[in-house]
Amino acid sequence: MIEARNVSRRYGDTLVVDDVTLKLPEQGVTSIIGPNGAGKSTLLSMVSRLLPLSSGTVLVDGMDVAHTPGDALARRLAILRQDNAVTSRLTVRDLVTFGRYPHSRGRPTVEDRAFVEGALHHLGLESIAHRFLDELSGGQRQRAFVAMVLCQDTHYVLLDEPLNSLDMKHAVSMMKELRRAADTLGKCVVLVLHDLNYASCYSDHVIAMRGGRVAFQGTPEELMRPAVLRDIYDLDIDIHVLDGKRIAVHYR
Amino acid sequence: MSASAPSLEGHERRLLLLGSLAVFCVLVFMTVDAGGQWDFVLPFRARKVATVLLVGYAIAVSTVLFQTVTENRVLTPAIMGFDTLYVLLQTCLLFFLGSHMVAALDVRLLFAVEVTVMVLFSAVLHRWLFEGGGRSIHLLLLTGVVLGVLFRSLSSFLQRVIAPGEFAFLEDRFFASFNNPDPDLLVVSAFMTVGASVLGLRLLHACDVLGLGRDVAISLGVDHRRTVSRLLAVVAVLVSVSTALVGPVTFFGLLVANLAHGLVRSHRHVHVLPAAVFLAVIGLLGGQLVLERVFSFGANLRVIIEFLGGLMFITLLMRGALR
Repeated sequence: MIEARNVSRRYGDTLVVDDVTLKLPEQGVTSIIGPNGAGKSTLLSMVSRLLPLSSGTVLVDGMDVAHTPGDALARRLAILRQDNAVTSRLTVRDLVTFGRYPHSRGRPTVEDRAFVEGALHHLGLESIAHRFLDELSGGQRQRAFVAMVLCQDTHYVLLDEPLNSLDMKHAVSMMKELRRAADTLGKCVVLVLHDLNYASCYSDHVIAMRGGRVAFQGTPEELMRPAVLRDIYDLDIDIHVLDGKRIAVHYR
Repeated sequence: MSASAPSLEGHERRLLLLGSLAVFCVLVFMTVDAGGQWDFVLPFRARKVATVLLVGYAIAVSTVLFQTVTENRVLTPAIMGFDTLYVLLQTCLLFFLGSHMVAALDVRLLFAVEVTVMVLFSAVLHRWLFEGGGRSIHLLLLTGVVLGVLFRSLSSFLQRVIAPGEFAFLEDRFFASFNNPDPDLLVVSAFMTVGASVLGLRLLHACDVLGLGRDVAISLGVDHRRTVSRLLAVVAVLVSVSTALVGPVTFFGLLVANLAHGLVRSHRHVHVLPAAVFLAVIGLLGGQLVLERVFSFGANLRVIIEFLGGLMFITLLMRGALR
């Protein structure tokens, strides 16, 4: 269970995350949505100890992230932020192998190798596994990083905009892969998403943020209503039901 | 691992080549033109070689580690004000104690005190800046630049105020070259270097992870703050060693670190660090050989090395490696 208690983050006088208290579901796919600057990424970074809290506490399985040893957390929780710049010269397979670092400390075992090959396979990276990261497109690199995070094999997987720079085919297969991780492996996947329709079609639970606060929490069905979305985005959004899924149309 | 197996062998082959080249340089340096006077030539040259090995090792390892910590291939410890602080320490000692006192003091004690101050400096700087949280490595570096200028200005101020005789004594200390190593200092430096390396050795795998950037390293369970401050302490000791032995060398580290990364093409420090050390030894000993035998001391090795390093620096900037 991931629990945030009265979590705030301020930069100077600006409150980016304002006294957020919430519990994330223990299993399934949870999406965090909201307009730019709502504090989604900041909240995710604080939950995953990448950013210190200005005030409040975050508990992961009862462990306070501010005081728990990093390696203990790394076997329970993995985080991937946007824009990962790597100075080292690595192949895709090297990068994915790093996902096993919390378990094997740089000496991968046969079992670790199997995890690596599995992650490469699930994200369709086998054909480019030997290529260097700096020779790849943004989308390919993004998939390689997600493969590394999945290879870490933690119960909690936190991803900040994992669909960034992915084409439609790869975005869909990424969401299917995350869905599979939640359904067959029982993992807790938390995503920051910008595309409402991915949130609607693939999540079990949605958290909407606005102005540093939680504006809405519930199922995708409850979220995908014009009145609810207007409050979050200040925009009139039509909702259509297609094949039982609620689809937002906001291009007008 | 079948796909990357050939490239692994490639690493090892290139490392072996560099290693043999370094050993070859040492052998040639020790034996060339000895003229049969082995009992004089060998110990005399062995001291020079020992200095070169220590300095090469210290500069190469400190630069590679520093670049890993700062996630930047253009920076060297010199930018943190490490070597200028060392010069300031020396100058202050001389200013307040006078050359008679300094000359009378035990070199080993003096050195130990200076290294301690250096490590404390890196720790204070690091702790102070990381208390604020967030991505502050650039702030750390900017602070380093400013402090470097401050230390340099203070040193040059003190150097202007002291008597010319004292200044000559000081100059003699800084611009010590590979030709007149102090045996006592050499022994202390060797112990310091071994100590720092033992500490660094345990962080070798964590260094590889740091190469992925701060966020990924933390996600993978590396205690970023502690690892970085330990690595900076190792860097502080190594910079003290190299500065004490041959004075500030700005661009040489940049040269060997980038050549090592380029030649070995591996993300693992187990490969990059030895390659950088071999390259440093080849550069220093090979350069010294060429200077002594070809130009018969007609040029200063330091100038040539700094010139090449400066060229490398400009090339890196032009290619946009500074992000």
